[in-house]
Amino acid sequence: MNKEHTIIQEFTKGLFAHNPLFVALLGMCPSLAVTTSVRNGLAMGMAVILVITLSNVLISLIRNQIPKAVRIPCFIVVIAAFVTMVELLMKAYLPPEINESLGIFIPLIVVNCVIMYRAEDFASKHGVFRSAIDGIGMGAGFTLALATLSTIREAIGVGTILGVKISETYQPASVMIMAPGAFLGLGLLLAYFNWRRLRKGEKA
Amino acid sequence: MGVDLNTLFTIIISAIFVNNYVLARFLGLCPFFGVSKSTDAALGMGMAVTFVMTIASAATWVTYNYVLLPGPSNIFGSVFPGVAETGMVDVLKTISYILIIAALVQLVETVMKKMTPALYDSLGIYLPLITTNCAILGVALLGTTNAPAHLSILEATVQGFAGGIGFTLALLLMSGVRERLILLDLPKSFRGVPIAFISASMMALAFMGFSGMVSW
Repeated sequence: MNKEHTIIQEFTKGLFAHNPLFVALLGMCPSLAVTTSVRNGLAMGMAVILVITLSNVLISLIRNQIPKAVRIPCFIVVIAAFVTMVELLMKAYLPPEINESLGIFIPLIVVNCVIMYRAEDFASKHGVFRSAIDGIGMGAGFTLALATLSTIREAIGVGTILGVKISETYQPASVMIMAPGAFLGLGLLLAYFNWRRLRKGEKA
Repeated sequence: MGVDLNTLFTIIISAIFVNNYVLARFLGLCPFFGVSKSTDAALGMGMAVTFVMTIASAATWVTYNYVLLPGPSNIFGSVFPGVAETGMVDVLKTISYILIIAALVQLVETVMKKMTPALYDSLGIYLPLITTNCAILGVALLGTTNAPAHLSILEATVQGFAGGIGFTLALLLMSGVRERLILLDLPKSFRGVPIAFISASMMALAFMGFSGMVSW
């Protein structure tokens, strides 16, 4: 953990330097399963932003009351409560086909390691305001990663981005929206980020 | 309701090969990439997951059908008539499942430590990790609400067990591949996790060959 970040840095570290998916490799299950289209990816990202921010705030508020030995079960209950709220909200306000395709991955946000990681590593040690900013930043970073991966998969696999056709003559390779394409897409993206980091290291 | 061996067999084949929890449904990826560096660790983790998954599917099935679902089978219904009418499925499902799984893992750990110290020594370190393994919660959810048909308790348990076997199979195959990947002369940027993902993609492609074998 670095010393004192400014508020801006607290927000942006989640976007790039500590991006939960591309750098910390957390929350892989939902990221691979729901990124078959950009709309699904964004909906999942929104749900995660809501849950992570609310749970960070509440955990930071009660951090001095929780005994250290039982902190993990407490975190899980807090997170599960917020996930249930978000699940009910999404069922009420989002179109049914999005709920249909996200399926069990909405309740599975409970075991998304990103949220547990921020609760344990940040919210249980910092004040309410900073925890909220950290939650929003991490959630936004996760959404950004989901958007990147789902754009690539939808563009190659269906030939559209957000439902808009990219080219009249393109023949979609539908393997990209199936299971192998998910692993391949994320693997190549990770290799690209490694390559960029290595190049930066050589220059410096 | 008799036991239909045909259905059970279909469930087993489906959970191990066609809808493999790791390679087709993307559940339990964290241990899949985290613990697959050596075959021994992979086997230990796979056995622990299979064990907990089997018990958890049975326990969550009972909870779902006798505590959460509305209707005459609800055991709280006789005390609180309101509960029998509306049930508690929507609000309490996620919380109750995760608590059941966490408690089960703790129980299994304690019992194992007392009864079979040798097994505990080999599986012990993997057990706490299982609470946050999304494959377990996923199997519990699939065994109750989101199943294509309403499963009986035997079918749900068998599905959990077969899911665990499928998870172990994927983990073992992956660890075998990764033990050989270390020896390769790869481009620097692909070393470690990226090449593991790409091998997983090839494995998923191979497992897609099983689709259409059974329709479940």
